[in-house]
Amino acid sequence: MARTPLPVETLIDQYGPHLNYLPPGGWRDESRNPAEKLVKTHCCFCGQQCGIQLKVRGNQVIGFEPWEEFPFNRGMLCPKGVKRYLQSNHPDRLLDPLLRTENGFRAATWEEALDFTARRLREVQERHGKDAVAVFGGASLTTEKSYLLGKFARVALGTRHIDYNGRLCMVSAGVAYKLAFGVDRSPNPWSDIPKAQVLLIAGSNVAECAPITTDYVWRCRDNGGKLIVIDPRMTPITRNADLYLPVRPGMDVVLLMSLLHVILRDGLEDREFIGKYTSGFEAVAESVKQYDPKRAADMTGVPPEAIEKAAHWFGEADRAVALHARGIEHHSKGVENCSAIINLCLATGNIGREGAGCMMITGQGNGQGGREHGQKCDQLPGQRMINDAEGRAHVAKVWGIAPEEIPQAGYTAQEIMNAVHRGEIKALLSICFNPLVSLPNADFTREALEKLEFFGVVDFFLSETAHHADVVLAGSLQEEDEGVVANVEGRVLHIQKAVDPPGNARMDWTIYCDLARRLGKEKFFSYHASREIFDELREASRGGHADYYGITYEKIDRQMGVFWPCPSLDHPGTPRLFEDRKSLHDDGKFRFLLTPYRESGDPLDRDFPIYLTTGRVVSQYLSGTQTRRIGALVDQYPEPRVEIHPRLAEQHGITDGDWTVITTRRAEIVLRAMVVRTIRPDTVFIPYHWGGAKSANKLTHRTLDPRSKIPEFKVSACRIGKAANAPEWAGQKPAKGS
Amino acid sequence: MFGYEFYVDPSRCIGCQACVNACAECETHRGTPMIHVDYLDRANTIATVPFVCMHCDDPACAKVCPADAIKKTEDGVVQSSLKPRCIACSNCVLACPFGIPKMMTELEQMMKCDMCYDRTSAGKRPMCATVCPSQALAYVPREEMEKNRREKPVNVFHFGRQRVATKVFMMAPAQENEILIDVVDYIWEGKA
Repeated sequence: MARTPLPVETLIDQYGPHLNYLPPGGWRDESRNPAEKLVKTHCCFCGQQCGIQLKVRGNQVIGFEPWEEFPFNRGMLCPKGVKRYLQSNHPDRLLDPLLRTENGFRAATWEEALDFTARRLREVQERHGKDAVAVFGGASLTTEKSYLLGKFARVALGTRHIDYNGRLCMVSAGVAYKLAFGVDRSPNPWSDIPKAQVLLIAGSNVAECAPITTDYVWRCRDNGGKLIVIDPRMTPITRNADLYLPVRPGMDVVLLMSLLHVILRDGLEDREFIGKYTSGFEAVAESVKQYDPKRAADMTGVPPEAIEKAAHWFGEADRAVALHARGIEHHSKGVENCSAIINLCLATGNIGREGAGCMMITGQGNGQGGREHGQKCDQLPGQRMINDAEGRAHVAKVWGIAPEEIPQAGYTAQEIMNAVHRGEIKALLSICFNPLVSLPNADFTREALEKLEFFGVVDFFLSETAHHADVVLAGSLQEEDEGVVANVEGRVLHIQKAVDPPGNARMDWTIYCDLARRLGKEKFFSYHASREIFDELREASRGGHADYYGITYEKIDRQMGVFWPCPSLDHPGTPRLFEDRKSLHDDGKFRFLLTPYRESGDPLDRDFPIYLTTGRVVSQYLSGTQTRRIGALVDQYPEPRVEIHPRLAEQHGITDGDWTVITTRRAEIVLRAMVVRTIRPDTVFIPYHWGGAKSANKLTHRTLDPRSKIPEFKVSACRIGKAANAPEWAGQKPAKGS
Repeated sequence: MFGYEFYVDPSRCIGCQACVNACAECETHRGTPMIHVDYLDRANTIATVPFVCMHCDDPACAKVCPADAIKKTEDGVVQSSLKPRCIACSNCVLACPFGIPKMMTELEQMMKCDMCYDRTSAGKRPMCATVCPSQALAYVPREEMEKNRREKPVNVFHFGRQRVATKVFMMAPAQENEILIDVVDYIWEGKA
C-alpha cells in the first residue's frame, strides 16, 4: 500500500519544502572567499538551457557568474537561473536512500534499498507479468539518463510501459511535426527569430516561461518586424504586440483556420511552394472555407478585422515565423492546433529559410533531447518508432539482444496512471516526475498512488509524489553528473559535472545499473562513466532522424553546441532543417493536415460557465520540486492566485485579494483573487506549480488528445464564488531552511 | 568598461526580476538587491519598469547629504553612502528625482545601485544588465545601441525647470532629444 506513512504535514516538516536563502556558509563568508573554479555549464531548468558558470568551492556550488560567450543567451538569465545554485547544499536534500516504515521514512544503506527495490519489482512481475511494472521518466534528465532509462525498462525489466513527463509538455507539437515533416524538432535555430518580418506567437507566455527568448522577440521588432500575439491573457510579451488576438480558450484551431481562410481567399498563398513541395493542400483549403472571419469571430471572440489584419501581415511577409507553446498544445486537439500553425507556414512557403518557419518552444530542460532516445513509450533511440522493424533491429543489435525481445509500445504517462488506478499496473518506478502535482485531476492521481503494491522513486528532494513511496533512492542534481541535453533549437549541449553528489546520494545512472545487476541483467549495463552511455547512444541513434553519431563531448565544447542531425564526426551539425525543401518523409513532401474543430473534453454548461486555464509564473518551474525550495523565488510569487477580470469579479462580488472558491466537475480549491484587466472576462487563470490544497491540477480533467495523449490543461469548465472562509493553509509560509 | 554605456528601456521590461535577483549576487552587497522593478498598475496592465540609479552628473542625493557621505567617482558613478559617514537621515531618499536611494533601516545606511562598481571597474558588465533576458537593461557600446534599436538614447531630463543630466541613458522615442516630465516644461511662463 502506498499511502503516505505519516500525515503529509509531518512529512513536509521533515523533508520540506523549506526555503533556502543562503549559499553555503552564508553571504558574508562567501563574499570573502573566492571560488576555486568556474564551471561552464547550463541552467538546470527550462528548455532554453541558458549557458551559466557555476562557482564552486570545496565540492559546493556557492554562486554563479554569467557566461557571456555562450551564443544562445549571451549571459542572459531569468530569476530561476540566477538563483538555481541555491538548490545545491539545500537542507532538504536527500543524502541517503529512504525506506518507508510505519513511522515515516528511515535512512537505509544502498545495499538494503537496492535489494529491496529489485526484490519487490521481481515479485510483482512474477505474480502479475512483466507489464505490471511501469517506469516513469522525466525531461529534466540528461539524454544519457533518458536513454538508459528506456533501455532499463525494456531490457532489465522487460516492460512495455515506460513514459515520461514530457507527455504533459509538448508531445502534441511533436506528433504534429512528425506528421507534417517526418521529424520532431523545431526546424529553425533561434537566430532566425530576429530576422522575421512578422512574428506570430500562439499560446506562449514567452516572457515568463522562456524569458530569454524575449530578447529575440524584441530584436525582431527592433529590425522592424511586426508582433502578433494569440493568448486569452495579456502576458508581458503583449506589451509590445502590434496586434493582440485574445482567443477564447479551446478555439485556437478555429482562429488559425480563419487566418488560412483569409490568406487563401485573398490569394496570399505561395502557389509554387505548395505545388512543388507539399501534399494534402486541396483538402485543407476546402476545410477552411467555412471559417470566414465573421464566423470565426463568433467562435473565438477575436474581432473579424483583427483576423483579417493578422492574416494579411502573415501572408504578405516574405519571411514569417510562427512560435507556439503549451497554450495551443495542452488541448484534447493539441495536434490539430499545431498542425494548423504548420499549415499556415506551408501555405505561405515559410519553411526551411532564414527568418521563416514554425517553431515549437519546448518547455522542459531536456524536453528535446529527453524525447529522442527512448523514454517515450512508442520510440527507440534516434527518434525511431518502436514498431519499425528496421529500427528495432538496429537498436537490438546495439543492445546485444534479439529484436523480438524489445517490447512493443506501452501506455503514455496518463494512461499509466489510469492503469494503476484500475489495478492493471501494480508497481511503479519513477524518476524526475512529480505526477501528484503535474498530472490532471490530482485526487485521482493520489487514489492511484495509494493502490500501488510497490512504488519506488529516485529523487534528490522528497516531492509530493515521493511521500507515497516504499523506497526513495537518493539521486543526483543536474550539476552532480556529466551528460548532454538538447535545447529548444535541437542544439546538443554539454552539462558539466560541477560537484559530486553529497552524502550517500548517487548519480542516477549508477542506481539503474545496480538495479539492473540485481535483476540479472548486469552485462547490458556495465558502464563506468556517462561518456560510455553517450557513446552507446551515439551508435543507437545512428541512422535515425535524431542522429547523434557525429557528436562528441569535445565537439560540443568546441562549437558551443552541435545541432542534430549530425551523422558523422566531420559533420558540423544542422542548425536549420529543410533547406533543401524536402521533408523527412519517404516522398520528401511536407504534408498539410486536416484540423477539424471539436469541443473540449470538459465543456462549459450552466453549472460550470467559466473557462479555467492554467500555466506558469516566471519564478517557479513546473511542479516546483526545486523552485519551491528556493527562498527568493518563493518570495517573488509565494502562492497561487486566481486571475479574474473585473467584469467577472464584479458579477460575483469579488474584489482583489478576496478568498475565492474555484469549482470544477472534479474538485474545488480556495485561492486569493487577483483582479486584473489582462485576462478575458469569460476565463480565469491559475498557475499550477503547487500541490495539496493549492493545486490547480485538482481542478483539471483527464481528457487526452487522441493521438499525442497530452492532457487538456488549458481548458476546463469552472464556476467561481466568494469563499466563506480562508483556507487552512492561509497565513502559513514554508519554514526557512537556512 | 571603456566605451560601454548603461541603457534603460522600460518598454522592454517583462517584470521577471532577474535583475533584482542578480543584483543581490554582486560581491560587495551579496544578499541585498540595490535595484527594484515595479508594476505600474497591475490591475490594469502587465507593464513593469526596472529602476537602477541614473548616476546624475550633479547628483541631488550627494548635494543634500548633510554628512557628505555620497561620492561620485571620476568616471561618473555615484556611489552608495559611505558607512562611516551616513547618518541615515533619508535626505537623499527624498531628494532623488528618480526615487532610487533606499534607506536600509537595519543597517542604518542608505544603499543604492553603484553600477556594479566592483565589476565595471574590472572589465565586467553589471550583473543586472548582463542577465536581463529582455535587455530592458543593457550595458553595451553606444554604436551597438544606435545601430540596433528603434528608440534613441537620451540622458537629459527636465523636472519642471530642473534640468538633470545623467550617466545612464533612457531609451526615448526617436524624435526626442530630452525627456520632459513636468507640464511646466511644456508651457510658456514668460522668460525664465
